[in-house]
Amino acid sequence: MKSLEELTKLRDAAIQKVDLRKERKGTRIVVGMATCGIAAGARAVMAALIDEVQKRGLKDVEITQTGCIGVCRLEPLIEVYKEGEDKVTYVDLTDEKARRIVAEHIVNGSIVKEYTIGAYE
Amino acid sequence: MEYYRAHVLVCGGTGCSSSGSATIEEMFKTALAEKGLDKEVQVVRTGCFGLCEAGPICIVYPEGSFYSHVKKEDVDRIVNEHLLKGRIVHDLLYVDKLEAHSDIETSITNVTFYKKQKRVVLKNCGVINPEKIEEYIAFDGYQALGKVLTQMTPEDVVNEVKKSGLRGRGGGGFPTGMKWEFAMKSQGDIKYVACNADEGDPGAFMDRSVLEGDPHAIIEAMAIAAYATGARKGYVYIRAEYPIAVKRLGIAIAQAKEYGLLGTDIFGTGFDFDVEIRLGAGAFVCGEETALIASIEGERGMPRPKPPFPAQKGIFGKPTVINNVETYSVIPQIILKGADWFRSFGTEKSPGTKVFALGGKINNTGLVEIPMGTTLREVIYDIGGGIPNGHEFKAVQTGGPSGGCLTKDHLDTPIDFDTLTALGSMMGSGGMIVVDDTNCMVDFARFFLDFTVDESCGKCVPCREGTKRMLEILEKITSGKGTLEDIDKLESLAHSVKDSALCGLGQTAPNPVLSTLRYFRDEYIAHVTDKKCPAGMCKDLLSVVILDGCIGCTACARVCPVGAISGEVKKQHVIDQTKCIKCGACIPKCPKQVIVKQ
Repeated sequence: MKSLEELTKLRDAAIQKVDLRKERKGTRIVVGMATCGIAAGARAVMAALIDEVQKRGLKDVEITQTGCIGVCRLEPLIEVYKEGEDKVTYVDLTDEKARRIVAEHIVNGSIVKEYTIGAYE
Repeated sequence: MEYYRAHVLVCGGTGCSSSGSATIEEMFKTALAEKGLDKEVQVVRTGCFGLCEAGPICIVYPEGSFYSHVKKEDVDRIVNEHLLKGRIVHDLLYVDKLEAHSDIETSITNVTFYKKQKRVVLKNCGVINPEKIEEYIAFDGYQALGKVLTQMTPEDVVNEVKKSGLRGRGGGGFPTGMKWEFAMKSQGDIKYVACNADEGDPGAFMDRSVLEGDPHAIIEAMAIAAYATGARKGYVYIRAEYPIAVKRLGIAIAQAKEYGLLGTDIFGTGFDFDVEIRLGAGAFVCGEETALIASIEGERGMPRPKPPFPAQKGIFGKPTVINNVETYSVIPQIILKGADWFRSFGTEKSPGTKVFALGGKINNTGLVEIPMGTTLREVIYDIGGGIPNGHEFKAVQTGGPSGGCLTKDHLDTPIDFDTLTALGSMMGSGGMIVVDDTNCMVDFARFFLDFTVDESCGKCVPCREGTKRMLEILEKITSGKGTLEDIDKLESLAHSVKDSALCGLGQTAPNPVLSTLRYFRDEYIAHVTDKKCPAGMCKDLLSVVILDGCIGCTACARVCPVGAISGEVKKQHVIDQTKCIKCGACIPKCPKQVIVKQ
């Protein structure tokens, strides 16, 4: 270790690994992962979300899963909880759609209306 | 850098390791790999979470779900339900005995055991993987060392520690900043820093848990102490009975060297520092600093008179700073967050927090960290969960064999260094052993004396002979042969030993006797005048008898290991008192419950 900057850089890189265990606020993406979700391809959606969040180095984004929400026909389905905003439910997702949601909604803050449950119904 | 959506933290402290957490960890890894989740869910072995009673403990983040008493067969369910499908397995969660409502808390932060605690020393324990330096760095590790080396003078560091009011957590409560100042001002070409990790109190295990859960904090703090005092070499004196702590500290030292956080020219400032581990053979006296120094030097671990203090003449005759593990562990945070932050916890004269090892007759056995000034009642009833099996609280021993007991009357006393000393006890290293109405206080004092007699190094007469004679008197009393004069003799002998012994071990050895005499003299008197043990514990003062109402079922006679019970079938049985060893095995076997100790 030759300088404090070097250490700080190391810390910033390492923080991502343990971020999950800190008390923090931010965005929560919940993926429906009951039998119906998994059968419809939720695992690929989850993998895409994780990959995208990691690639972009997003902090304070938590990806977690939940059971069946009840609209099995619309799976794979995710819900996005951003601080201070209403919950947004996206349905009938694919790998590409999930990546677009991360880019537009999570990063840029504009909801991808055409994938939401309201647009689908 | 890999991203994991969930972390499974498995406790790898000594408590949980002995209840099989290593197997649980392996099973998690296997089960996750089977389900193809090993790229999404990370399994991390951490240090102690503190609630050892509930081990093995696993915590799943981001939810913070707190699974307790995890068994092998539970692993598959947690993986299938929680980690695969996202449904928390409620029936495996920790059940909070203290909360009246029936909702099971799903998050660790809401559990009563943790709610009243303030985790400063233990902030990383149970959160980071102690065998990975990256995780320590991620939680601001080594930032304080960087700050000290690049922005502060040694005087600044000493002043900051002095200002914090930090007092030595090893028991004495001496101001740490002053100790550092003495060493800084001592003249010497070579100086040393040492860490006292020879935790010897029966029942205390906070130092072990810090070393197991956050070893880098100690290395960082020792480097800071070295910079402040002008030392270039450090020794950690740790007992060999702590294999997990020794192993993790060794790993931590190797990693710090690899990262250039130990070695030469640290942070490019020209500061060199290295740490070495010295294993102790587990002698209680080696926790005394002069004996510890002798042991590090390769001599027999025996104390010597002070002065000269170690800050003037320590290891190999050179100025040395010796601090306890817990004292070191808060140093990096004091440097980073400032003395005022540290002073925001605790009391005016005892700032900060203190870790206690709760043990004995208490529901939540484990490690708790509280701000100084918290009352005993809060520790025992709110955090500790009270006394099990409906028994009544009688006393609590603080400071182990060097401390004394506190009674019901002291439950609302705020705990800090000075209040405990005023009550005839002491902080000690922070063991807290709770005693209920089934424990005999005379026998309790005898237990601790027995320990100090064993551990006395034999160098000075008061300790070598005095503690031995005191133990003999106590044994005489517990066997029913004592007299009232014996109690007086015991008391005066205790005062003599306290005043004349060479080191802290001998000077504090009479404390358990003196404090039980002070608060439970009536129990001593009952033993000698009535020949009765009020708690029903001293075997020689008891007899086990079968009262009228025996139906002659022979159940008692069959379990008696010495064949002391005789009688014909369907007729009253009797116990031959000359044969009976008072083991009590027959008592629970009696269907009529007519066998009693009296």
